[in-house]
Amino acid sequence: MAEGPEGERGVLDWRAPRPPLPTERSVAVWEAMRQRPTRFLFSSWPLRCWAHLFSGMLFGLVVLLGLVLMVSAGVLLSVVGVGVLLLAAAAMAGVPVAAVERRRLRLVEPAPLQNPHGPTLTTGGMSWMRSRLAERATWRELGYTAALTVVFTWTGFGVTALLAFSATITVSPLIVWLLAPETVMIIPGRAVPHPLAALPFSAGGVLGLAVCAYLAGLLTGAQVKLADLLLTPRADRSQRRVIELTRSRARLADAFEAERRRIERDLHDGAQQQLIALSMTLGLAQMELKDGNPAVAELITRGRAEARRAQDQLRDLVRGIHPQVLTDHGLAAAVAEVALRNPLPVTVDIDLPRRLPGAVETTAYFTVTEALANAAKHSGASRATVVGRLESERLVLTVTDDGRGGADPDAGTGLSGLADRMAILRGRLLVSSPVGGPTQLRVEVPCSA
Amino acid sequence: MLRVVLAEDAVLLRAGLVELLTRSGHEVVAAVGDAEQLVLAVDASCPDIVITDVRMPPGLRDEGLKAALELRARHQRLPVLVLSQYVATAYATQLLSRDSAGRGGLGYLLKERVGEVSQFMDTLRQVAEGQTVIDPEVVRVLLAQQTDSRPLNRLTPREREVLALMAEGLNNQTIAQRLTVTEASVVKHSGNIFMKLDLDPAEGNRRVLAVLAHLRGDPA
Repeated sequence: MAEGPEGERGVLDWRAPRPPLPTERSVAVWEAMRQRPTRFLFSSWPLRCWAHLFSGMLFGLVVLLGLVLMVSAGVLLSVVGVGVLLLAAAAMAGVPVAAVERRRLRLVEPAPLQNPHGPTLTTGGMSWMRSRLAERATWRELGYTAALTVVFTWTGFGVTALLAFSATITVSPLIVWLLAPETVMIIPGRAVPHPLAALPFSAGGVLGLAVCAYLAGLLTGAQVKLADLLLTPRADRSQRRVIELTRSRARLADAFEAERRRIERDLHDGAQQQLIALSMTLGLAQMELKDGNPAVAELITRGRAEARRAQDQLRDLVRGIHPQVLTDHGLAAAVAEVALRNPLPVTVDIDLPRRLPGAVETTAYFTVTEALANAAKHSGASRATVVGRLESERLVLTVTDDGRGGADPDAGTGLSGLADRMAILRGRLLVSSPVGGPTQLRVEVPCSA
Repeated sequence: MLRVVLAEDAVLLRAGLVELLTRSGHEVVAAVGDAEQLVLAVDASCPDIVITDVRMPPGLRDEGLKAALELRARHQRLPVLVLSQYVATAYATQLLSRDSAGRGGLGYLLKERVGEVSQFMDTLRQVAEGQTVIDPEVVRVLLAQQTDSRPLNRLTPREREVLALMAEGLNNQTIAQRLTVTEASVVKHSGNIFMKLDLDPAEGNRRVLAVLAHLRGDPA
């Protein structure tokens, strides 16, 4: 996100916007459940889901017990004041619970869930608490904890009970055989006389196990979904807007650039050619007039001089809009041309292994132009140096002058406009200008795209 | 009378140039609007000289310049005069550095020079005769480009003037006229220039190219 200037004074730092957040995840368990029943039932999935539900049930009970104790103790002690702290701690119970849950979910989810919390810079307990309480993520985690203790613990309990019952009646012939010849009642009131007669119960037990597997899969999947919603970094509305704004800003910059080129082309194809044609016609007129009226000859000469001046002006204007040499020969050549026209002597040392993306070249070019113009106008410098290299797929460009320094990057609109364009390219612009000089402007732009 | 192939995409300017050349007694054998047609026209008509714009369709970049270089590679001693809207030295040095010395005339002229009709016709004739002519404005920029470390700084202001005129392709006699000095002193100055720049005092075209090669520093 583009935040304002920060850090040491005199340093402009427009940081790159965050990359867009990952899209909605697909739940691995539910994917597995879509397979053939035999394949799902004989995979490791049912066991993993049961383990997840069972451990979740135990964990949920412990958390519930802890919360009940903390809240009741907190309410009782709130008159003393310590209770408030306890209640605040209870409000943050979601943080450790979520940490455990994110790990526990790895049982059934191959992709790890990301921690939504920002880093805390201070180490003090109170400030840690304050920064956590200020985060939405903390409250979402508390909501998840509530869902865990209220819904998942008890549904987990139900599935576990059904699982235990199904397992028991599956092995019912064995039980009957062990307890024979006494009559076994698997269901009260219905005596089972011998092991083979218990086989229908086994069938029911196996069916129950299958039902348990699917139930556990559904519940676990739901928990994964909920965890994904509540325990991970979330592209909330404002963040989504930032992403959309960043994109629209990039589109706007592209459109702006296209417009510059169109204007440059129109001037080149239109006004510039017209002026040349005009001076050519005047030249012809002068030729035809060789021995004619000297006053007319004088006027023609004046007309030609005026046309010439208009051409010069137009050429400078076009160069300021978009220099053709940048398109044809790249950054190094274009900067060399700028250096020639700069009133200060400028040493250019730009050594790039290849042409860079158009947007990078254009932005870098105009930044150098602006920096050199500033150096010539305000710095009192006697010379300037431009150095450019490609360092690990980043264009690093520095413009240094030996002037008196003290440049205020916030003063002019020229540099901040360029820094905005730099931010669109996820690059940055740094100005260091201590009083007494030297002033250095540094551009860093990634070029891999 | 020269047989000219002209390439210029702006219709108005193309018509104007055709008129200018015809009135000055030359024959325009073909006037085309893009680089591909230029190559075809030259191959078909073997002109005395080619005049081309730098920026040409289809890409509207430096197709004209590239076509000129391609034609010179194919047709020995084909004189080419490149007209440009840009003072940018990159185009002039591209033209010079990709071209081997001493094979037919070569010119790089700003478009606005066509208004100075008689001078333009002189340049055209010089290039057709095999000389190298670079626009004075471009030469001025090339000279200004030199920094302290260059041997060029050892030249006196008068020697620089002589060098600049030399780079425009003028001979000693004309330089002497321009500077209102004797031809002998021009010879003396140019001797000093070649000595200071460690150049062979070869004649004509090669002399200019050597000077320009030296001026622009490392070949691109």
